[in-house]
Amino acid sequence: MIRSELLQKLAQDNPELRAQEVEQVVDIFFEEIAQRLAEGGRIELRGFGAFSTREREARTGRNPRTGEAVDVPAKRVPYFKPGKEMRNALNPD
Amino acid sequence: MSRSAGTLTRADLAETINRKLGFSRAESLALVESILAHMCDSLKDGENVKISGFGSFVLRDKKERVGRNPKTGVEVPITPRRVMTFRASQTLRDRIADGS
Repeated sequence: MIRSELLQKLAQDNPELRAQEVEQVVDIFFEEIAQRLAEGGRIELRGFGAFSTREREARTGRNPRTGEAVDVPAKRVPYFKPGKEMRNALNPD
Repeated sequence: MSRSAGTLTRADLAETINRKLGFSRAESLALVESILAHMCDSLKDGENVKISGFGSFVLRDKKERVGRNPKTGVEVPITPRRVMTFRASQTLRDRIADGS
């Protein structure tokens, strides 16, 4: 499913909404999560999963083609842990 | 303003929708639930979910492997299973890396 298909489904569920409103709802949903992650915060959506960030220390990497050493600076990376209900739903029986 | 200091929840997402778009609190919460339900349904059906500008929820099928109870050291088979991973878009990775 891609974003446009999600918009279609929401529009079908909510015939009273204008297409533009459906789009704004979806934009706000993902932008709020993105914004909180950018701030290094945490998002917990019970049943679905939790988003957070992790710190990666600076390290010396290598250019895999040339073997040359390159400094990789410390950075923050996104992390997602699926919720228990989600994990179970993916593995029925 | 988020109600719980660090953690954003469904209620916070609904509150932002309520504040920015003027839908009632109940409607806003129903919309949040609806987005999550559609994503769950797709994933349950074995379909990945890809949201441009945000990231992809990708399913992976894991083979059976031997695990160990870390407390007792007893070997136990880990059954084959399907897991879900999140791969953030490059845009989101960049925003997180430089904190904007």
